[in-house]
Amino acid sequence: MPTKTQKLVARTGNEAMAEAMRQINPDVVAAYPITPATEIVQLFSNYVADGLVDTEFVTVESEHSAMSACVGASAAGARVMTGTSSQGLILMAEILYIAAGLRCPIVLAEVNRALSSPINIHCDHSDTMSVRDSGWIQIFSENSQEAYDNMIQAVRIAEHMDVRLPVMVTTDGFIISHGMEAINILSDQDVQEFIGPYKAAYSLLDVDNPITVGGLDFTDFYFEHRRQTAQAMMNAKKVILDVGREFGEKFGRSYGFFEGYRLEDAEVAIVVLGSTAGTAKVVVDELREKGLKCGLLKLRVFRPFPAPELAEALAHLKAIAVLDRSDSLSTAGGPLFAEVRSALFDLPARPAVVNYIYGLGGRDIVPEQLADVYRELQRISEGGQIQNTVQYLGVRE
Amino acid sequence: MTEPSWRELTEAGLITEAGNARKYETGDWRSKRPVHDPEKCINCLFCWIYCPDSAIIVQDGKVQGIDYAHCKGCGICARECPDKVQALKMVDEPED
Repeated sequence: MPTKTQKLVARTGNEAMAEAMRQINPDVVAAYPITPATEIVQLFSNYVADGLVDTEFVTVESEHSAMSACVGASAAGARVMTGTSSQGLILMAEILYIAAGLRCPIVLAEVNRALSSPINIHCDHSDTMSVRDSGWIQIFSENSQEAYDNMIQAVRIAEHMDVRLPVMVTTDGFIISHGMEAINILSDQDVQEFIGPYKAAYSLLDVDNPITVGGLDFTDFYFEHRRQTAQAMMNAKKVILDVGREFGEKFGRSYGFFEGYRLEDAEVAIVVLGSTAGTAKVVVDELREKGLKCGLLKLRVFRPFPAPELAEALAHLKAIAVLDRSDSLSTAGGPLFAEVRSALFDLPARPAVVNYIYGLGGRDIVPEQLADVYRELQRISEGGQIQNTVQYLGVRE
Repeated sequence: MTEPSWRELTEAGLITEAGNARKYETGDWRSKRPVHDPEKCINCLFCWIYCPDSAIIVQDGKVQGIDYAHCKGCGICARECPDKVQALKMVDEPED
């Protein structure tokens, strides 16, 4: 049973993430504002101005500079956080890879938003998916509560000595970032006790132990250092589970790689990331009333990708629809679909898997559309032909 | 020489030993080598100042020769040697 004190408050996703940052009280935040993530660092800069945190807040002229300042501060031995979205995230992209390679445990609050062109400020996952191979751990949130809880866990995961990788925690632009919800927040003391003091693995400011950070690797060493980073990502799997379990033991909300909803006895299921999971749960309940054996798997951790665990959780199903809120434009489906279907390949009996690309540029996804997907899965599970493996859901044809 | 496995290397490619670039010999990058003529040399030390690889060996204010283990053969020393002196000449390295 959770024994720690919590308070029920109304918070938008952005407010929830800013609140977590205030309680974490990082040494350095370097950030540049961008819709719909602006509020996170705007609120945080107020905390700095009001003396509620001890943070050095670095205002910069771009997101490329923001992440560069974060890397510098992290290499100097500081606990570092930032926030961004969309074009901001991909402007950071060059330095995101460097942050991971230099094993800087930076935590980034990322609000998922479509990428130009056309310019659009609303939710889809194109931005986060475009940096999925940068070496950052990626954790998706269904709602403000998860955004808040994930931010606090992210600090522990990133800073674990077996990991030392940066973490981005994502919410869905406007849907979560600007949606007000009742959430339970921990006391400042509980947060501080949970994350613990930061111990840098190395510091540029340690004059007694001088180091060079970011040296050149040729053909004879680059591969070995990339292999180390791959190992850190493998190690992150256990740490994510341990931290999620400990969070649950202390505060009553446990977290894993994913959440199954009415999945165990289901015959058909949807796999989805982020806020759409909330809509899908309502649809699952309604269709269960009508006798359709449907379920949901909400993926929380996209990097590291929990392939064997997913395969085990989905193995019993007859048909699966993977919903991608981004399009890789590969002509072979979205990124989540490609990886989920690959994860299922080694199963002795594979479920049928189809892909729906939906919600681009903030296009609403409504319960009736998800109900149609479940009914189509039902038809496939009864032996019906798959007409199209990859389809667009909610676009005007 | 067997290089260490990824398990043995410092994390993130950190270099924890100061000045270890000295151990990295870049002399075999060279296609031309500077040859120093002590008879012509006036020890102005322009070459020593300009050499990007600290490969001009100087002792007691006098040029002693070239550190061929590190000289990349860029030719800057020969270029900077005053026109009236020309104590450094670039000559082709022999083909392997």
